Amino acid sequence: MDKSLIIAKKELNSYFNSPLGYVVISVFLVISGWLFIQTFFIVGQASLRSFFNLLPILFMFIIPAVTMFSWAEEKKSGTVEVLMTFPVSSVKVVIAKFFSSFVFLLIMLILTSVISIMVSNVGSPDKGVIVAGYIGAIFLGSAYIAIGLWVSSVTKNQIISFLVTVSIIFVFYMVGNSLILDTMPSSVAAVGKFLSFSTHFDSILRGVISLSDILYYISVIIFFLFLNARVVGMKKWK
Amino acid sequence: MIKVENLVKKYGELVALDGVSFELKEGEVIGILGPNGAGKTTLLRILVAFLETDSGKVEIDGLDIDQPLLQQKIKGKIGYLPENAPLYEDMTVTEYLIFVGKMQGIEANDIYEKLASVIEKCGLKEKKNVEISTLSKGYRQRVGIAQALIHNPKIVILDEPTTGLDPNQRIEIRDLIKEIGRSKTVILSSHVLSEVQSTCSRVIIINKGKIVADGTPEELENKGGKSKATIHIEVEEIRSNLLPRLEAIEGVNNIEVIESRIVIVSDLENDIRKDIARVIIEENHGLLELVRKQIDLEDVFIDLTKE
Repeated sequence: MDKSLIIAKKELNSYFNSPLGYVVISVFLVISGWLFIQTFFIVGQASLRSFFNLLPILFMFIIPAVTMFSWAEEKKSGTVEVLMTFPVSSVKVVIAKFFSSFVFLLIMLILTSVISIMVSNVGSPDKGVIVAGYIGAIFLGSAYIAIGLWVSSVTKNQIISFLVTVSIIFVFYMVGNSLILDTMPSSVAAVGKFLSFSTHFDSILRGVISLSDILYYISVIIFFLFLNARVVGMKKWK
Repeated sequence: MIKVENLVKKYGELVALDGVSFELKEGEVIGILGPNGAGKTTLLRILVAFLETDSGKVEIDGLDIDQPLLQQKIKGKIGYLPENAPLYEDMTVTEYLIFVGKMQGIEANDIYEKLASVIEKCGLKEKKNVEISTLSKGYRQRVGIAQALIHNPKIVILDEPTTGLDPNQRIEIRDLIKEIGRSKTVILSSHVLSEVQSTCSRVIIINKGKIVADGTPEELENKGGKSKATIHIEVEEIRSNLLPRLEAIEGVNNIEVIESRIVIVSDLENDIRKDIARVIIEENHGLLELVRKQIDLEDVFIDLTKE
């Protein structure tokens, strides 16, 4: 088995060996379900749009809770010294950590399918839009994970790891907000709009999966994973 | 097997290693000795390619550790127990060792055989299905050593393998290290002298990032002066007139006051205890204790690593 897979499997097990995995999943399902149901009957449409609209904000807090341990805990407990002295490249370790969080994200999203089944029972929602929504959610969550893992690699403290990740994601989210864009000169606003998670997520939610949106997310993911590999490959541990 | 040349490592202003050089032959069991903060852990972390050096050269089994392409090959030759034996707490002993075995590239059909062998060797049989977080310090240390041995590496590096253990556990781990040393090159660090003396064929003492002594335990004792003895004296009060009078005694090589005790170095064959006792009593300093002993590794260590 590839060494990335061996590590990823171990990481995924550790999410479910502790209460953490269950707590994070439960909190996510309860909050997303509750917020969705609240507006669902008011809007009176068989659509998951309002559920997907919640995700950028909800993931902003849920994903950092998943990634905050990843490197920070290893550094604190010293196991990073065991991990990084195995005959495996730092790139493979970074990919493994990303992959395990990614699978965790998929598990969370699969569990929300209850909501889409429910909506399908009371009406006939546009299937294409739902599929697009899930694809968007996977890319959005993956980008958040990449940021969270990188932040986790530069600190030993999980709380700091959590809060800094939330802040970075918040900035990436807000640069596309029209309130902020309106105050900027149009050239800067265009950059802000392009860099924002929400712009690209909204465009996928409309049911149009364009190459540029996908490339945007993949670039963000690769960029932060690259930074992460640089940090752990530098061999400047304290 | 291991060649270290002029190693320098700084943490900001602090110089952790300052021009360390040594060479290690296959099958040697070497103890790195030094007070806390001397640079032992930093040195070992560099040897396992966990930390980068600022300058200097390390060769492991003829391979340059600075070559990124060789690093994985080098890492596979080494079994490493980091300081305090960090382990993944949520796994059982068996799960953890299998994980390590796979990471070290052991084939799937070999792994259970290797696992059984290290569990046996490290005395982990009763604990093999126990979660690591519930293990005592002694067992954790054994799991850490088992983890360093599972892939049958040529070189085993153990950072303070007996720290925090009770005397019985210490003897067990010591025997285990001796056993490992029969077939492998072993480097261990410690600040416990007796341990190094009883397990190592060679001792390197480092202090403030520099090697201050390198040799077999016997050689180091001789260096400190095997023909010398120390006399430790405790008196009620050390007044200023006492030291000059003691110094005047024939056969006194050196005299020092260490923590309210007077320590005199003299020749081994020339027993001057009687003369010393007489002087102290004449000066009326209230003699409480007078002990004479041959200089041992501990004296050498204290002498070499004091300020």
